Amino acid sequence: MTASALRTETWLWFAQRISALVLAVCVIVHIATLIFAVQGGLSAEEIIDRIGGNALWLGFYLVFAISVAVHAPIGLKTILREMTPLTTERINLLVSLFAILVFVLGVRAAFGFYGLGGE
Amino acid sequence: MANDHITVSIWRGDADGDYQTYQVPRLESQTVLDVVTYIQREIDPTLSYRFACRVGVCGSCAMTVNGKARWTCRTHVSRVAEQGELTLDPLRNMPVVKDLVVDMAVFFDKWAKAKGAFEGGATRDDALAAISPEDPKRQQASAGIECIGCGVCHATCDVIDWNADYLGPAALNRAWTLINDVRDVSRIERLQAVAGDNGCLGCHSQQGCVERCPKFLNPTASIAGLKRETVKAVLKGELS
Repeated sequence: MTASALRTETWLWFAQRISALVLAVCVIVHIATLIFAVQGGLSAEEIIDRIGGNALWLGFYLVFAISVAVHAPIGLKTILREMTPLTTERINLLVSLFAILVFVLGVRAAFGFYGLGGE
Repeated sequence: MANDHITVSIWRGDADGDYQTYQVPRLESQTVLDVVTYIQREIDPTLSYRFACRVGVCGSCAMTVNGKARWTCRTHVSRVAEQGELTLDPLRNMPVVKDLVVDMAVFFDKWAKAKGAFEGGATRDDALAAISPEDPKRQQASAGIECIGCGVCHATCDVIDWNADYLGPAALNRAWTLINDVRDVSRIERLQAVAGDNGCLGCHSQQGCVERCPKFLNPTASIAGLKRETVKAVLKGELS
């Protein structure tokens, strides 16, 4: 194994740990807000009222979405490597596509809600 | 079945084989190794197995007893024979030579791959290294140093089952003891040898090795130490 491949594997491992730390905070904030919001009845209007046009919530959900796009594909890569006979090249291609998909969907949703509310 | 006998199913053959069943008289303070020895001497001399010391020093009698890797000499029948039944298999994650004997070359090759050999920089003219037993690095090394290479952790580790190239708990634990040995001079080369997904980063911290180690070592903690050190080395640009 070349030193550069070892460095890449180590960086990916480290990125997954750091994104896990970020996700732990994001999930707690997200779930706590959800529980709090449900008290007044959960509806699309209510969510848009809170998140729409609010730059802080946009920032929060962008961080959340990007962390998921970093964290999940690296874990998926390990699962595919250990549990399937797929080649490394194929696994890297699949998880890269998955990372892009998660990133695009997440960021699109965050901007979508932001654009729906406010003045 | 009366309590004066136990039914023992033993794997016979290599990778292709089958279980053969034997009836063995039940004795007081009987170990699983006693059972296997009885079968070979009294019932079936073609049965192959390994042992040497019989008293938990050498580690060569390790087998899979009712699904768990154990030293058979230190395992009393009364502790493991549920309803008077024993199933014995060779150790997992190593090629079976015959019956209960595995080829441990894959296991020891990984020690070499993980740079498990000490490399000193001092000569006979240098003074002895003065290392306090209280030194934190020495304590880390001492915590893992008692491994005798029996292969029980290697056979227990699911990550090796999934990825045969993974170095495994014993080899990585050995590397960790040397990383903490201040007399050793090949720290960076060793970190390079144990880095990556086939090295320390492959460990999922399931702690099967900790659960089963007959010496009560904690290879998972050693591997966690290696993870920290390799990440630090990469951040500092030392692995190149």
